[in-house]
Amino acid sequence: MITTEDIKHLAELSRMEIPEGEMEHLAKEVDSILGYVSQITGATGDMSREVPALHNVMREDTPENTPREFTEKLIANAPSHQGDYLKVKKILGGNSDDII
Amino acid sequence: MIDLKNLTIKKAHEHFSKKDFSARELAESYLKNIESKNPEINAYLEVYDDVLAQAGEADKKIASGNFDVLTGIPLGIKDNILIDGKKATSASKILAGYVAPYDATVIKKLKAQSAVFLGRTNMDEFAMGGSTENSAFGVVKNPLDISRVAGGSSGGSVAAVAMGGSLGALGSDTGGSVREPAAFCGVVGLKPTYGGVSRYGLMAMGSSLDVIGPVTKTVTDSEILFDAIKGADKMDSTTHSLNSNLKSLNSKTIGVPYHILEQEGIDPEVKKNFNDSIKKLQDLGYEIKDIKLPNIEYSLAVYYIIMPAEVSSNMARFDGVKYGLHVEGGKNLLEDYLKTRGAGFGPEVRRRILIGTYVLSAGYADAYYNKALMLRQKISDDFKKAFAEVDVIATPTAPCPAFKIGEKSDPLSMYLADIFTVTANIVGIPAISIPSGTVPAGDKNLPVGLQIMAPHDHEPFLFDLGKKFLGE
Repeated sequence: MITTEDIKHLAELSRMEIPEGEMEHLAKEVDSILGYVSQITGATGDMSREVPALHNVMREDTPENTPREFTEKLIANAPSHQGDYLKVKKILGGNSDDII
Repeated sequence: MIDLKNLTIKKAHEHFSKKDFSARELAESYLKNIESKNPEINAYLEVYDDVLAQAGEADKKIASGNFDVLTGIPLGIKDNILIDGKKATSASKILAGYVAPYDATVIKKLKAQSAVFLGRTNMDEFAMGGSTENSAFGVVKNPLDISRVAGGSSGGSVAAVAMGGSLGALGSDTGGSVREPAAFCGVVGLKPTYGGVSRYGLMAMGSSLDVIGPVTKTVTDSEILFDAIKGADKMDSTTHSLNSNLKSLNSKTIGVPYHILEQEGIDPEVKKNFNDSIKKLQDLGYEIKDIKLPNIEYSLAVYYIIMPAEVSSNMARFDGVKYGLHVEGGKNLLEDYLKTRGAGFGPEVRRRILIGTYVLSAGYADAYYNKALMLRQKISDDFKKAFAEVDVIATPTAPCPAFKIGEKSDPLSMYLADIFTVTANIVGIPAISIPSGTVPAGDKNLPVGLQIMAPHDHEPFLFDLGKKFLGE
């Protein structure tokens, strides 16, 4: 049974703020979906994992683009930037410890 | 006036050759149709302002005499496929203001032929849904009955074609997102072999399942669009080139897993229509075989574990830092993440992220995710065995015709609409939905689809059978 505590924990792991009022409803929905997919735990027989036919293709780690080919376009998509740097809030100190 | 109703990609190309009308005139006709129909149907999120300029370029190419089958053909593009310099949002608030910095490989290929992009089409947010009711910008209405959904997640692409708002469109299919809406709106939808079409520039949802596919009025057009976008791409290491030797092969034997039609929740009218389709195929000379796919009953559960697991990883990139929405008010970076992701993602995306996080978390990964991967293998083995006996496999595309807007408010009941389509994505094989007539639904008759699945890279089987079925 998925509880609102579980949803709170999963939301924390997935870095999403979920309003308190939606927790109970979400717990019910997630519980019903997990209940449905749990039927696979009943599957028996020879279970093995094979290497899939497709495999990762490696390539040389060399630059494919000319310098600054995409820089302006990529930076322009950032909500906040200064020059060529993305601007973010501090990650150390403040109140961050009690959340992490 | 150009007769858009009966126009196909193939016919339009012939008209261009004969100079019956120009690409510009054709684009103008579609823009006019979109202007009158889109406010109600909501198929397009944006109609581009450079459509006539694109058509002008196509006309130059046509005038030179050296042009391609898609030159000047007006297309709708799903909002999760990147076109350099155009907005792309996956119908999500979290990508507000995002402008694509490069062309997806499929777009590059279509641009090389000077196809005309009319606009970006509406969809379920990040392609998560089967009705487009999860779009942050409103539901797409079914052009054949506006009280009903157009299906999803590529509902906008399909409705655009069905309402006469484009000659063809690109959608993406992770668990049926091209085929199910195609069935609901009476058009042709193809899910190519996994890796047959490059995913470079397609926003990722379930990376081991996603594939871009064409939406068209005819099977002939489906083949034309597929041929234009397929092929190996160094930007997507899961792509491969299709074996062209298969082109001359015809399928003769059709397998029908009759046992899966006995499940609950399948509309009796859909079953009746399916049996009529099988009869028609028999009359066309195909041999029908009753086959068993012993593990197929687990397909939907396997899908709804693997897909959200991949979703929860793929959605991690939306953090309010690199692109799109940023919600103010956090005290530090973590709070910025929490607030931005909490406000930017809609309910279905949040549900799938939570479920994916659950099935991947320590203590549950073995029971859910790893078990699902093993069953995925077993389902693939079942298909391999079946394809040793038959050339293709037939099922209905969806268990019901288009449902009413708001009818499936419980997420699980919505998932059950994917019961016939998810398997092809799990196994990676190609599948097509072709219109197979109508069934009574409410006070109307609404279209349903026949789904044909073939072994990996055997798209030619699907085109050949589809053309015969539709008399093309």
